[in-house]
Amino acid sequence: MSSANPLTASSLGPADRNALAGEPTSAPSPAATPEPSPSSPADRAAAAGPFFPAPSSVSTPAPSPAAAPKLRLATVWLAGCSGCHMSFLDLDDWLFELAQLADIVYSPVASDVKTYPDHVDVCLVEGAVANADNLAMARTLRERTRVVVAFGDCAISAHVPGLRNRLAAEPGGGVAAVLERSYRELADLQPQWPGSSGLVPELLERVLPLHEVIAVELWLPGCPPPAARIRLVLEALVCGEIPQLEGPEGLRFG
Amino acid sequence: MSVLTLTLNGSPVAVPAGSSLLEACRAAGVDLPTLCHLEGLSPVGACRLCLVELEGSGRPLAACVSEAAEGMVIRTDTPALRLHRRMGVELFFAEGNHLCAICVANGACELQDVAVAVGMDHSRFPYRHPLRPVDASHPLFSLDHNRCILCTRCLRACDELEGAHVWDVAERGSHCRIVAGLDQPWGEVEACTSCGQCVDACPTGALFHRDDTPGARRVQRGRAALLQQARQGHGWRNQGEGGP
Repeated sequence: MSSANPLTASSLGPADRNALAGEPTSAPSPAATPEPSPSSPADRAAAAGPFFPAPSSVSTPAPSPAAAPKLRLATVWLAGCSGCHMSFLDLDDWLFELAQLADIVYSPVASDVKTYPDHVDVCLVEGAVANADNLAMARTLRERTRVVVAFGDCAISAHVPGLRNRLAAEPGGGVAAVLERSYRELADLQPQWPGSSGLVPELLERVLPLHEVIAVELWLPGCPPPAARIRLVLEALVCGEIPQLEGPEGLRFG
Repeated sequence: MSVLTLTLNGSPVAVPAGSSLLEACRAAGVDLPTLCHLEGLSPVGACRLCLVELEGSGRPLAACVSEAAEGMVIRTDTPALRLHRRMGVELFFAEGNHLCAICVANGACELQDVAVAVGMDHSRFPYRHPLRPVDASHPLFSLDHNRCILCTRCLRACDELEGAHVWDVAERGSHCRIVAGLDQPWGEVEACTSCGQCVDACPTGALFHRDDTPGARRVQRGRAALLQQARQGHGWRNQGEGGP
């Protein structure tokens, strides 16, 4: 078991790096941090022990500031509107700090990588599980990720994509009723079922929240979660902590 | 007026005889979450969020419908109670179709607030997603059954404040729902005076003004309490010093 902290001085912001110059594993130094909290995330990340067990392939017995790996962060977009990802982009200039603390290894908005990689530390999953592709992706990311975050109300409750479950709740409902309603009853021109089997992902009978499909470590509510709430969560996660969300700042749906 | 003394979370509290446990808690500054309770209406103990533990009692009590008695030892914040409250709120969310982001009551919803208060970040119960109708037959207001939690505040407001008794509860279990008149479209119920007190009493977005857009719900939650005080005290705001 490696004792390597995946987060070391190499992942600190410039100000924090100065504060810790020459002492990459020292205790937090509140005097040098401008934030109201007793220590910045980077300080806490440097001081914290390895919370998430390091994968066996990433075992660096004596991490040097230059070689130590950063947090491997992924974001995934399932059945959602991408609003949660837009809110992630609303982090604005804090994204530069995040880039110092984490490598974004897979993301529809911040990476060109097409295959979900191995050994991901944290994954924010936007959207519900609505079709076969969503389901396969959810299972893949679960296998390759230590901390899965249900990111936003769709991932948490199925929310708007789950509205089609109202048709599934009726006798004779389900996918056929959904397609009938969408492609025939509501069609203006040429009402017909989409007959291209296999070309687009098959719909599941019901749209499911993420935690009904795979294990989830953290739920980050909001439609979308405000950028400040996303930052609250990411700041804790880069320190190896699972944050305890509470109060209107941390929890509110909608 | 005689006074009762009880112990609330370890501290002695004195309340007038006849107070409910909920009134005793609130008088002592102890906050209990509620949904079916509205100042000015009679209590029914429907939502079960105000459960408290009474020493010597084998079961939790709904504080709103339990009368305070001399020497009671009450606890309001035990791990078991917190668990029950959170489960209760999760069941509310799982039972109906509560989508805060696209609801008229977003930001002004007691169910949304209570989810924060009990620390609910997701429902551990599967969502039912029932197919429920919307009654938009009334010229001023609408009723969306998807958002109704069956607290019966509308029913009590209409009956106790307006005296019209338009609303009732029909059927049982998962079919249980609020009905207007003799299970008619709301707009066809002649007893309705269009006073809007049911809309003001609704804790969620189930009852709303027709022209409300998402997040734009307008309600006066204090209206029921104001009317009750005014009637019991025989004083109105526009009658000078005697008003409430």
